[in-house]
Amino acid sequence: MIEFKLPSLGADMDQGKLVQWKVKPGDAVKRGQVVAVVDTSKAAVEVEIWQDGTMFEQLVPIGEAVPVGTVIATLLAPGETPEQAARQKRAAPLARPAPAAPVSAPVAPPISVAAPAAATLTQRKPVSPAARQRARELNVDVEKLVGSGPHGAVTVEDVQKAAAAVHVAAAPAPTDRYAEMRKAIAAAMSRSKREIPHYYLSETIPMQRAAEWLARENEKRPVTGRILMGALQLKAVALSLAKAPELNGFWLGGKFQAATGVHIGVAISIRQGGLIPPAIHDVDKLSLPELMRRLSDLVSRARAGSLRSSEMSDPTITVTNLGETGVEAVFGVIYPPQVALVGFGRLQTRPWSENGRLLGLPLVTASLSADHRASDGIRGARFLAELRERLQHPEEL
Amino acid sequence: MNETEIRARVLGAIKSIAPELEEGELRADRPLRDQVDLDSMDWLNVLVALHEKLHVDIPEADYGKLVTLDNLVGYLREKLAQRAA
Repeated sequence: MIEFKLPSLGADMDQGKLVQWKVKPGDAVKRGQVVAVVDTSKAAVEVEIWQDGTMFEQLVPIGEAVPVGTVIATLLAPGETPEQAARQKRAAPLARPAPAAPVSAPVAPPISVAAPAAATLTQRKPVSPAARQRARELNVDVEKLVGSGPHGAVTVEDVQKAAAAVHVAAAPAPTDRYAEMRKAIAAAMSRSKREIPHYYLSETIPMQRAAEWLARENEKRPVTGRILMGALQLKAVALSLAKAPELNGFWLGGKFQAATGVHIGVAISIRQGGLIPPAIHDVDKLSLPELMRRLSDLVSRARAGSLRSSEMSDPTITVTNLGETGVEAVFGVIYPPQVALVGFGRLQTRPWSENGRLLGLPLVTASLSADHRASDGIRGARFLAELRERLQHPEEL
Repeated sequence: MNETEIRARVLGAIKSIAPELEEGELRADRPLRDQVDLDSMDWLNVLVALHEKLHVDIPEADYGKLVTLDNLVGYLREKLAQRAA
């Protein structure tokens, strides 16, 4: 039997409310498949499963908020029978939110919903199979019902009576979501400034070659295949990290843990206000057109409030581009447990001297905020120098 | 397609990206992207939406001519007239 736990949904999100199951008990699921939708303060997140198997039991009812790390469903491993799983479950009852959080989410202390959630599961109510089935159809949480049947058993009628009441407790209104998002950002940023000794570096980078190369490249492309400078910058950051691996990873348990892939969190502003930093995976390995396609897809899904759990859980570094608003440079606040954040300011033509001559060139100011526990300034400087160099050879990005 | 129809399509494309837009508050002779808060990704998406609706491909080199809503509508009218001729 496989225990499926609610995965980490990002540094500033420690719980999720189950909104929808996308599969039923008995359905076969494949690794990477979206099996549930969970509402967080920032977005509705599509939760992906990380193993092949068959959905066995769904343990968290619709509408219930549970902490990250909670077992929300059990699955049968390939070849396993329901009888075997049931035996295993009797032998070792499921542990609810274990104190050991997943490696990628060493976040805040468990929140208050943990206790009641644990209670509901360990003392299952007597519920007739028909009532349970009906409850699932009507999205009713049988564990919270007072049964009118023998020994307090919950009947179909109890479920139907409760269904109307449940409809009242619907999804949060958009204004609530904004307030919740503000709270989540406040928690993560306060923690960052409390715990992370930031150091800041900046570098002015000539962008003439990159701009000219990109203009030539986009001339050949239809409007649907056009590449933005932002994608070029992301790729350059990803490749430059090879020279400074101490910037790509997490500060966990008092030491730095290097990440195995380069998953860049892209800070995306939401039109109604707020910010969300989902990841694009393995940016160093993506071609520019593919990276552009992913970026465009991610921005539109983030703004529509529909992201996947894998995108929320594991950015290894964040990039923010505030240049669009016209600022020259941005010195960002690191998202814990990440250890670095790269910022780009506005691309603008400014004076620049080269070989004793004064030129007007398109320039951009790139900045690095980094965690001094994990790296030193010299390494950060090396990273920015590499970034500058990479952007002089756009054809190699 | 007349100018009113083109304008309606353009506004539709912008609204698909910026649904909060109040048409009455948009000045057609002032810089569009500042008023509607369109970043480069939003702008590209507006052009992709126009491409789908009108089948006009606007090259990057022409972005500089397309500052206001009036600019954009005039540009598209010319392109569509050329194609019809």
